[in-house]
Amino acid sequence: MLQPDERGRFGQFGGRFIPETLMPAIIELEEAHRHYQQDPDFQAELDYYLREYVGRPSRLYYARRLTEELGGAKIYLKREDLNHTGAHKINNAIGQTLLAQKMGKKRVIAETGAGQHGVATATACAMFGLECEVFMGEKDVARQALNVFKMELLGAKVTPVTSGTKTLKDATNEAFRAWVTHVRSTHYVIGSVVGAHPFPMIVRDFQAVIGREARAQILEMEGRLPDVLLACVGGGSNATGLFAPFYNDKDVHMIGVEAAGEGLDTKYHASPLTSGTVGVFHGARCYLLQEQDGQITEAHSISAGLDYPGVGPELSYYKDIGRAEFVGITDKEAIEGCKMLSRAEGIIPALESSHALAHLPKMMERYGRDKIIIVNLSGRGDKDSTIIAQALGVNL
Amino acid sequence: MSASNRIDAALGKLKADGTRAFIPYIAAGDPSLSVTEELVLAFDAAGADVVELGIPFSDPIADGPSIQRATERALAAGVTVDGIFRMVERIRRSSDIPIAFMTYYNPIFYFGVAEFCATCKQIGIDGLIVPDLTPEDADELIPAAREHDLAAIFMVAPTSTDDRMKMIAELSTGFIYGVSLTGVTGARDTISIDLTPMLDKLRGYTNKPVCVGFGVGNAQQARDVAARCAGVIVGSAIVNTIEANLKTPEKIVPATKAFVEELVAAVRSV
Repeated sequence: MLQPDERGRFGQFGGRFIPETLMPAIIELEEAHRHYQQDPDFQAELDYYLREYVGRPSRLYYARRLTEELGGAKIYLKREDLNHTGAHKINNAIGQTLLAQKMGKKRVIAETGAGQHGVATATACAMFGLECEVFMGEKDVARQALNVFKMELLGAKVTPVTSGTKTLKDATNEAFRAWVTHVRSTHYVIGSVVGAHPFPMIVRDFQAVIGREARAQILEMEGRLPDVLLACVGGGSNATGLFAPFYNDKDVHMIGVEAAGEGLDTKYHASPLTSGTVGVFHGARCYLLQEQDGQITEAHSISAGLDYPGVGPELSYYKDIGRAEFVGITDKEAIEGCKMLSRAEGIIPALESSHALAHLPKMMERYGRDKIIIVNLSGRGDKDSTIIAQALGVNL
Repeated sequence: MSASNRIDAALGKLKADGTRAFIPYIAAGDPSLSVTEELVLAFDAAGADVVELGIPFSDPIADGPSIQRATERALAAGVTVDGIFRMVERIRRSSDIPIAFMTYYNPIFYFGVAEFCATCKQIGIDGLIVPDLTPEDADELIPAAREHDLAAIFMVAPTSTDDRMKMIAELSTGFIYGVSLTGVTGARDTISIDLTPMLDKLRGYTNKPVCVGFGVGNAQQARDVAARCAGVIVGSAIVNTIEANLKTPEKIVPATKAFVEELVAAVRSV
């Protein structure tokens, strides 16, 4: 895997653009993470929880009917949707919560948009016996009442955020502020490969289990590496988790699919890599959505998990050096992707993952029957049922 | 230290006189740039030594609710960086009060770090305070600020290690911004106990002035803090005064000026 430099940069991206109050903690966190990444006991303990609690390794499933329907490359699905709590988010939540426990922190905070990362963190905290507070935009609290209830059932405190856009962006701001205030006792479990160094590296390291497993599984099943890796990109954690272990496999192409919302030619999308510009946001230099004077704009997507105006520094770097290609899929196309997999394979994908799936039909001309594609099926669609029904004009 | 920089000149003179500095903060454009312009001139008349002028940013992660709301008001009123620059030019026609911009890094980065610093110098800005920038990631800002004789003012926090305090004390110019508490900006009822050990240590590392902000909310606190350092910065409490008078706009400037006069008097009484 690609390692950031000593200042936490991938090329020009990344860094630590945070208040001085947090710098000592973030340096301590980096040291602790590097230590435990090399510590066989920590790794054995992490493996234990990933196996016995999360249910890893997740399956690499050959989607035969979908492959036949599309008539091109063989399609494999990395089944992160089968993890406990229904998405890849738990990999990072377990890893970081275990790390927090080892660092002697008694309390964990997290930000959440739709609530998936909040639920994953609340789950991990319940399992490890740590106190948990989740910051969530007031708008999202209202829209995602079920996830709020789940977090509370798991023993977490959900704090509504009323500033700014009252969504994920401002929930993240508030989590940073809470961390500034309680930095000595508290660990901040950030949910994606974003934020100041070492967070993008830590989240990547805990999500890289996806790519490591997929690499071994495809070698076992096909006797060779895939031609393409395909994943949706919001902040970028499931994509980076799949891609990073293949970084040095130069013949493996990578495609990240961003949310094009109502279209890249409108203001309503969440595609910093395909349509954004470079800036500094939430502690890191990265591609982001910004307008005049560098004010950060609100992102829009039918998928709450992709609804973020920034993106991880490692993927930003992949874009600049051409290691990965990034495309956009609209809300409408994503719904079609969701229907396609549901009917072909009996798997209802999350709307996030549906963005990646929706790109498959566009790839078949380029990738024929002799090619292999691995799609990261990052989450299951149960949580999105109401939104999918709404989009299809069904009143539940 | 530069003889031509207004911050250095003002703080140098205060030190020679054995007097403490008072530094008010307001967000430019809260509630309008014309009010901000009047306020800066009023602060000058009230005896403030440096003005910290916020350039509003959409995601102010180091700020508490008071300054968040001030920022939101300014952005909602349509304030732009260019509008702020033109206001500073107007202020400079009648006032020589040292002014430091306080803004997050992205607006500077977006403008272009070198161009931003050049423009600041040209319009008569004297320093920059960037709360999400530490010296480690200031490799573009520090040389540009030095080239244009702008003070690059860095923060020291109660959580800073000894090594970091030394490094920041060495690289900060104009003054060192001492963060009084482990937290975000906002007036507090009591001043943090974090402050004393930090100031004691800093005194061992540098002769540069240390001005303290975050959490100072009234004249009594300002006096207490001023007794222990070179100057006191008050933001949220001043912004709260603006907010309290939003429904009677004609009272904003006199009420805020009166509060600043009270704070100046408290600091001078040390």
